[in-house]
Amino acid sequence: MSLMGREFMTGSVEEKSAGAGEAGHCGRDVRSDLHVAIEARDSGGIEITMQSRVAPYYGEAILAQARRVFDVLGVKHARVELRDEGALPFVISARIETAARRAGLGVGRKAAPEKIALPEPSPRDRLRRSRLYLPGSEPKYFINAALHGPDAIILDLEDSVHHAEKDAARILVRNTLRAVDFGKCERMVRVNQLPMGLEDLAEIVPESPDLVLLPKTELPEQVAETDRMIGELKGRYGITRHIWLMPILESALGIENASAIAQASKNLVALTIGLEDYTADLGVAKTAEGRESLYARSRLVNASKATGVQAIDSVFGDVGDMDGLRCWAENSRALGFEGMGCVHPGQIQVIHEAFAPSPAEIEKASRIVAAFEEAQQRGLGVVSLGSKMIDPPVVQRAQKLVELAKRMGKSSSAAGQEL
Amino acid sequence: MTNKAELAQNAAGRMVPAMVNGKPQIPYLGVAKYSPRGRKTAPPVRSSKDYSDNGDKRLPDLETALRKCGLRDGMVISNHHHLRDGDRVALMMLEAAAKIGVKDLLWFPSASFPSQKAAIELMQSGVIHHIEGSMNGPLGDYCTQGKMRGLGVLRSHGGRWQAIQDGEVHINIAVIAAPTADAFGNADGSHGKSACGSLGFALADSTYADNVVLVTDSLVPFPCIPWQIQGNNVDYVVEVDSIGDPAKIVSGTTQITRSPDRLKVAEYVARFLRDAGIMRNGFSFQAGAGGIALAFVDYLRRMMKEDGVKARFVRGGSTRYLVEMLQEGLTDYILDGQTFDLDAVKSIASDPRHVATSPFTSYNYHGKGSFASMVDAVVLGATEVDVNFNGNVVTHSDGRLLHGIGGWQNCLEAGCTILAVPSFRDRIPVIVDEVTTLTGPGELIDVVVTERGIAINPRRQDLLDAVKDSSLPIRPLQDIKSEVERICGGKPARPQLGDRPVAVVKWVDGTVLDTVWQVG
Repeated sequence: MSLMGREFMTGSVEEKSAGAGEAGHCGRDVRSDLHVAIEARDSGGIEITMQSRVAPYYGEAILAQARRVFDVLGVKHARVELRDEGALPFVISARIETAARRAGLGVGRKAAPEKIALPEPSPRDRLRRSRLYLPGSEPKYFINAALHGPDAIILDLEDSVHHAEKDAARILVRNTLRAVDFGKCERMVRVNQLPMGLEDLAEIVPESPDLVLLPKTELPEQVAETDRMIGELKGRYGITRHIWLMPILESALGIENASAIAQASKNLVALTIGLEDYTADLGVAKTAEGRESLYARSRLVNASKATGVQAIDSVFGDVGDMDGLRCWAENSRALGFEGMGCVHPGQIQVIHEAFAPSPAEIEKASRIVAAFEEAQQRGLGVVSLGSKMIDPPVVQRAQKLVELAKRMGKSSSAAGQEL
Repeated sequence: MTNKAELAQNAAGRMVPAMVNGKPQIPYLGVAKYSPRGRKTAPPVRSSKDYSDNGDKRLPDLETALRKCGLRDGMVISNHHHLRDGDRVALMMLEAAAKIGVKDLLWFPSASFPSQKAAIELMQSGVIHHIEGSMNGPLGDYCTQGKMRGLGVLRSHGGRWQAIQDGEVHINIAVIAAPTADAFGNADGSHGKSACGSLGFALADSTYADNVVLVTDSLVPFPCIPWQIQGNNVDYVVEVDSIGDPAKIVSGTTQITRSPDRLKVAEYVARFLRDAGIMRNGFSFQAGAGGIALAFVDYLRRMMKEDGVKARFVRGGSTRYLVEMLQEGLTDYILDGQTFDLDAVKSIASDPRHVATSPFTSYNYHGKGSFASMVDAVVLGATEVDVNFNGNVVTHSDGRLLHGIGGWQNCLEAGCTILAVPSFRDRIPVIVDEVTTLTGPGELIDVVVTERGIAINPRRQDLLDAVKDSSLPIRPLQDIKSEVERICGGKPARPQLGDRPVAVVKWVDGTVLDTVWQVG
């Protein structure tokens, strides 16, 4: 029934192996998705039956779209059953394409939706305080994700997607990158480990994600291999924008190799850590305080700073515990991390607050920077504030902090105000 | 049957029937345009000589009471809906009427609920002619499909009081479910095993009906203290085992929405009140018991604490969130229209600052003012809002009856009326070119808050000025609408409505605002 789009790699357009295929979800509790069942046949054209909770408003539009998709996929004869739960057009296309591929139809063709304008390219050192994980097979979360203001969204193809749904998620994420406006968020994709990750890259790289997360990275070669593959795909599709890399270190070996991994590609902008797998690898329990991972996290921070990339922390899994999250995030900043992952939009604001310098810090740093600038103007070699001498590293740290505060929309006078 | 209804165009451009259930109507004239004349209606004069000196008005059962009230074909009988989906008394009354063998009753509840769907059989068998009162679920479908013999008449809580006191609806027999009562007929809703809080919706019925029957499952010796219903208006008292299912009368807990998108809407509403300067010492607000409204209360409460602001009063639909505000000293009073959860019932029963109100004090437009216009801000939902800020709350976008008006129309009188809505539901845009059923005129709707931004009615330049330096995403309504239509893949098709009226929507002054047409 559910063939995994293996034929895709062969590029064959042959329909001989055609059968039946299903994709998507329906049911009372399902929202914004569509279930498609396709049965190939030799003649009789396309015959569609449809049930939709939005039938009075978009019934005709759904049928017309389905016919266009079959046209693009080159499917001429099939019996099709649609059960729609208010899916948006980019989801409808993805589900039909997936079902067709699973039925062995439209092989080698894509029914990608119209492409919206790409956002501004993402700078290497942009703020990456928060990245919101979105399961790649759950379309209902995509459309409003950016409204909650994370620095990045992650369309996840890895752990949040069931093995049997990898092909469906890949197509859905591809369509999402083309059709969904994520505003100012950096558009990240977490691919699967190689070699499955190669299939993910083939589908998503043509849509210019800003950053690719590489799970379970243990060796620099894995980063280099992925980077090479992305480079090749970019060349094939004429893509000139950067696609940054962020490996996730999730094992003792990965942590040991942190510094070599960080240097494996010039496109690598950050290292991050996956604590569930890391603690499993160590054979220890994961605690809310995170004492068991203190070494690994510190080592990762150190390797990142040594190699000039960002250090990003793991996620805090208990979405109901905001105090715990705040505590974790404040600790995380104190260790030298610059951001962390989110598994729920409610975590974003807490994380942004925790990673922001406090008004007192900003105030103090601003005074140091002002004193430094005054000393420069007056040609003094020594910077002093009141009766205190200020060392150069202190000045540097103050400059960094003031710059960071500015980027977060904070200043000492308007501290605590939102952008 | 109203197959060939004579229609007239009202001031909102809507086609409305000139006659409703045999009575001539005034088409809506505009906000504050209609001036009523004449005197209020009154029940018949009665004498103490006809009531027992010992104050005992008890009868053995409801059937006997209805017979003693002289129940006849074609009469108007009423109930209140404070017991919500847990109510047992309305069906008890209707079934007793069926047993007596009368036909063609006009059932006039303050609202009907899905648990009362047996009323459909009573309509089919001819006991009930038609329903005037909000209808949803199976009863709503029955009406929308054109199966009811008369036209449904949808009124706001204030509009129902207005219709009764103005004599538009003459109640022959009111049957009032009372969680606590004495044999004289004094009654209260806050105590007893079926406690539901305020009994405000039943006050008009008790005051204006020809005959008043109390049904209680918790009889106390005289006096029943406090009494919200006065026994002096009551003819008979009937004791039964149970007036309702406590689990469905009040929800054990009322829940804040967990949808991040809806929380965003709620947060924007609270921030809007703060940034617009409406949240200030001595202010007042009203919010219902929906998920967004509850979340709004929670956000606002935090902001009030941060800024050291205290409200003079808040209006309920009361829930534990309002009760906690009262207990924390964030408001001096709760003026309660209906009581939604157990904490609120407990509070109204024990805290003198938590006060039961009625549609007369809160909402009635044909009075010497009402509280509605004194509330600084009100947060409401809607199924649709159009580019002219008109709102629909009674029908789905496909024209089927969804829910009653409740206090929604009355609340539009507030200083700042805010519709807090998601910008689309299941691909169906909430902001449309023209609402399917006009329930509230756009000139009274000031702000539409969605997760994609906040639109302020251009008529409210004062509000636009007040938030011009705010960091909130203030956008034209049309702008949000266009964005949603892009997301949803174009404008939705217009619903296919029939040309036969099945119900009318009354405005707060009794004029006819719009028509609900047959669907399917």
